[in-house]
Amino acid sequence: MRECGYFITKLGWGAGVDASFLLRADAVSVRRGSKSLLNTVSLSLRAGQIVTLVGPNGAGKTTLVQVLLGLIAADAGRVERREGLVIGYVPQRFAVPPSLPMDVDGFLRLAGKSRVAERRAVLLRLDVPDLQDAALRTLSGGELQRVLLARALLRSPQLLVLDEPAQGLDVHGQQELYRLIAQLRDESGCGVLMVSHDLHLVMAATDQVVCLEQHVCCVGTPEAISQHPEYLRLFGTDLRGFAVYQHHHDHVHDLHGNVVIAPASTSGSNIPLCDGKGGCNHA
Amino acid sequence: MLESLAHTLGMPDFLLRALLGGVGVALLAGPLGCFVVWRRMAYFGETLTHSAFLGVGLGLLLHIDPIIGVAAMGAAIAVILARRHPAEGLAEDTLLGLLAHSSLALGLVLLAFMEDVRVDLFAYLFGDILALSTMELVWIGLADVLGLLLLAGMWQGLLAMTVHESLAAVEGRRVMALRLGFMLVLAVFVALAMKLVGILLTVSMLIIPAAAARRLARTPLQMAAGAVLVGMLATGLGLAASMQWDTPAGPSMVVAAALLFLLLTVFPRRG
Repeated sequence: MRECGYFITKLGWGAGVDASFLLRADAVSVRRGSKSLLNTVSLSLRAGQIVTLVGPNGAGKTTLVQVLLGLIAADAGRVERREGLVIGYVPQRFAVPPSLPMDVDGFLRLAGKSRVAERRAVLLRLDVPDLQDAALRTLSGGELQRVLLARALLRSPQLLVLDEPAQGLDVHGQQELYRLIAQLRDESGCGVLMVSHDLHLVMAATDQVVCLEQHVCCVGTPEAISQHPEYLRLFGTDLRGFAVYQHHHDHVHDLHGNVVIAPASTSGSNIPLCDGKGGCNHA
Repeated sequence: MLESLAHTLGMPDFLLRALLGGVGVALLAGPLGCFVVWRRMAYFGETLTHSAFLGVGLGLLLHIDPIIGVAAMGAAIAVILARRHPAEGLAEDTLLGLLAHSSLALGLVLLAFMEDVRVDLFAYLFGDILALSTMELVWIGLADVLGLLLLAGMWQGLLAMTVHESLAAVEGRRVMALRLGFMLVLAVFVALAMKLVGILLTVSMLIIPAAAARRLARTPLQMAAGAVLVGMLATGLGLAASMQWDTPAGPSMVVAAALLFLLLTVFPRRG
């Protein structure tokens, strides 16, 4: 990282005290005109930790991610990062200009210097070894998410930042992706910050859910958060009209739509954060 | 030296200079035009060419070469636009139109005030490739070397930010510097190409060869190389047509490029 750190104060507190420290936001506020996008938001991330950011539309999730990445400056508060922190980033919106001919390998080369064998290996790790020569524009949603993830992994990141990685994927596709992310965390010990647009389903492997609505409403484990009064206040009323259809398949589909036998392990799979029936009763 | 070469080739030396100038401009226009197409900057190119009259006027006022005046004017516009914060209330095309037309009008007013100079407006509007001097060829050669070296250095960074700007910034690309660097190369290019095909047709030398090369390309580099070839071919064909039928040279080159574009649309898209 050379340039993106220039908005960020590099003060020593925290770093050195905790070797697993990656990044911390301290009372960060962002305003645009008279509108407050973020209001004294604090958050911290350690190596090996998975933090999921949830919140309704316009809650400031993407703004917070941009501040943490150093893409926009905070109007108040500060962001502190571990010295030389390498971040792998999967952006929310991604579209290749139609006029730009590019294959997956060329796209992965943009991440920085890498050998063709490394690029092949990372695609293989993400179960898409055949895509290396495919044109970027021909990829499906699930394939594109994996290619974006591959580009992030090529940098051997200490922190993965994923802005709505499950968008456009069906439940099984999400499940596959979440399982993969949990495995990657286990293998490399990197920290993961994930933004989820889905309020009901977050990754089971999440260590901490941060519920955002301009300010931090509540923080906790997925189980604890789903019972938290602030969470229920924010999302509870919206859920009355919904119900989760809960049933079990004896098989699942992988990224390519092929049938595979349902794995027994639930590590990394989705769990209902709030099923709209039992846990969310409130006055 | 050029004269003896022209003599050996059996062509008038003004034609050889025109051919070399056209090839030189196509060499830089290929990769540069690809980025203009990918980054949707055609209107930015138009703004640079429109500001050229003001550059010419200022150049004459300060007694410097009008080409330097045009390049400096373009550089100023590049700096203004590159430093602009995206959320300042005006859409990009509004701001570009504002700069383009006010600088064009100001340039014409300025030229009208200078009673002791007669400016051949038509030559600036449509160019005069057949009147290229050896000195101007040297300028084009220098701009080629410098421009291509700069583009080669910025290539991966520019591609990365064309694909996704935030992602490129997170990966440590200096996005602001890259954007400004590209705009400056473009400003210099416009000042030179204007001499060949004129203010009105300069942008066409950027976007038509690049658009023509799109179909046959599978990688960005292939598209840039294809655009260079199409540009060179269009120069040769346009000049030949101009000699054969006495048509204006600059516009003939643009027509040739457009015909090549049409011809290439019969091929299926490759990537």
